[in-house]
Amino acid sequence: MGVEIRVEDLSKSFGKQLIWGDVTLTVPAGEICVMLGPSGTGKSVFLKTLIGLLKPDQGSIVIEGTDIASCSEKELYEIRKLFGVLFQDGAMFGSMNLYDNVAFPLREHTKKSESDIRSIVMEKMDLVGLIGAEDKLPGEISGGMRKRAGLARALVLDPEIVLFDEPDSGLDPVRTAFLNQLIVDLNAQIDATFLIVTHDINTARTVPDNIGLLYHRHLAMFGPREMLLSSEEPVVRQFLNAQKVGPIGMSEEKDADELEAEKDQELPPLPPIPLQLEPSNGIPRRSQRDPGAWCRENGVTPPPGSFSENMTMVTGA
Amino acid sequence: MASLTSTRVLAPVGTAGKLFAFGLDVARNLFKRPFQLREFLQQAWFIASVTIIPTALVAIPFGAVIALQVGGLIKQFGAQSFTGSASVLAVVQQAGPIATALLIAGAGGSAIAADLGARKIREELDAMMVLGIDPIQRLVVPRVLACMLVAFFLNGLVSVVGVSGGYVFNVLLQDGTPGSYLASFTALAQLPDLWIGLVKALVFGLIAAIVASYKGMNAGGGPKGVGDAVNESVVITFLLLFVVNFVLSTIYLQIVPPKTG
Repeated sequence: MGVEIRVEDLSKSFGKQLIWGDVTLTVPAGEICVMLGPSGTGKSVFLKTLIGLLKPDQGSIVIEGTDIASCSEKELYEIRKLFGVLFQDGAMFGSMNLYDNVAFPLREHTKKSESDIRSIVMEKMDLVGLIGAEDKLPGEISGGMRKRAGLARALVLDPEIVLFDEPDSGLDPVRTAFLNQLIVDLNAQIDATFLIVTHDINTARTVPDNIGLLYHRHLAMFGPREMLLSSEEPVVRQFLNAQKVGPIGMSEEKDADELEAEKDQELPPLPPIPLQLEPSNGIPRRSQRDPGAWCRENGVTPPPGSFSENMTMVTGA
Repeated sequence: MASLTSTRVLAPVGTAGKLFAFGLDVARNLFKRPFQLREFLQQAWFIASVTIIPTALVAIPFGAVIALQVGGLIKQFGAQSFTGSASVLAVVQQAGPIATALLIAGAGGSAIAADLGARKIREELDAMMVLGIDPIQRLVVPRVLACMLVAFFLNGLVSVVGVSGGYVFNVLLQDGTPGSYLASFTALAQLPDLWIGLVKALVFGLIAAIVASYKGMNAGGGPKGVGDAVNESVVITFLLLFVVNFVLSTIYLQIVPPKTG
């Protein structure tokens, strides 16, 4: 069963440049969250701060009663054992083959026998579809395979929290779809808390239970998927629907002139909310909610055509 | 404006402080179990394999130059019988550790900085920390110890090769007598000379490995950052080594009285 991450009033700057400030959110235990944001808004920095690789300037990150922002190094190394992290390029150890890479955390942290390790490693390799590639070196395989191998290594210690740093960057749409399905299936299987950092809209629209949006050095919104997908908030709606009209410009923000110019432009209607991706075995995940449940509870009318089976996934204006 | 200037002026102090703090971290992790024996042996073997042949090749001309220089000078004083002892002093006390240091920093240190730098930009070090393993304990400590060990042995190698090189040049080119070259070894040289040579080699190995590891682990900004890190680590190590060599030599000459023939 996953673990909750409580982030309060978090700020981080490099030198004089503020990356983001006043970020307050709670990643609920066992649920899938996606953290979105335009390029260069510090999504990866946020992820690294959550695992204590970077120290925030202020605020707290509480996991199981330990504040990662202020705890000792020893506690940090303890708490990190709860984490599995998939880095952008997999971050496989270049000197070891895939098998040793995946077995590495087991050999370091457990006293399991080699045969036990073998069965666990093979199970995880099977899960990510890498059986047969155990003896390859990370340099010899494609980026997608490295990512999947990184995922296998992240899962090998049965983590309570799994963080994904852009799992879909550099992958083709088919592989991305498979990876998304894998993420959902994994969540159903191990019930861990998942946090995905990405800027792939399709992933954000169909995979998570909750969505957060980092924009302009703060957390613009964080909440259930349907809340953000039906939101009329300009930034949220522009980003989640990949539109040009809105406050986000090519370089961070649009200036006053540009905003003035598009003042009278009609915003395209919100596209329908797609169904959430379900586990491939059809058994609902524990944190899964019925389609449209949030909208009904909060009296929001979803855009027409939402939650229909054969909806196209096309977004954008 | 004033603060900007002071930030710029004080920046090197900050870097020096961080380097020192890194050294303390390494020292603390030195005693943390389990000791990474495998990594240590691999690194020691690797550093030895990239340094042994260059070191030997550097040591021969080094010994020869000292023999020629000292031999020529000493001839003018009419003290040829002390050539052997002078060249032993010069090789064991100075040339040995310095040649070792140059090779350890240039060949071993640059390899360490490049290796750790590449791991850093590929996020391998981050991944390691996230897997609950301290890269200082796991990667840096074995490298530092391996560097010290190899420096220690290389120093011995340089001393032997340098003194033999001096012997060959003195006897063959300068018409010195083999007997007096060998017999005068103990006239001016003494056992502490050997110790200070070895101590220097250990300290140089330590500094080279720590600077290289620090620079490698703090590489940033993609592949170019790794190149910069390697470059900086070699330059900084050289600077530090010559300063430290000066300090150690001065202290040694103060506390150990020279032997009077």
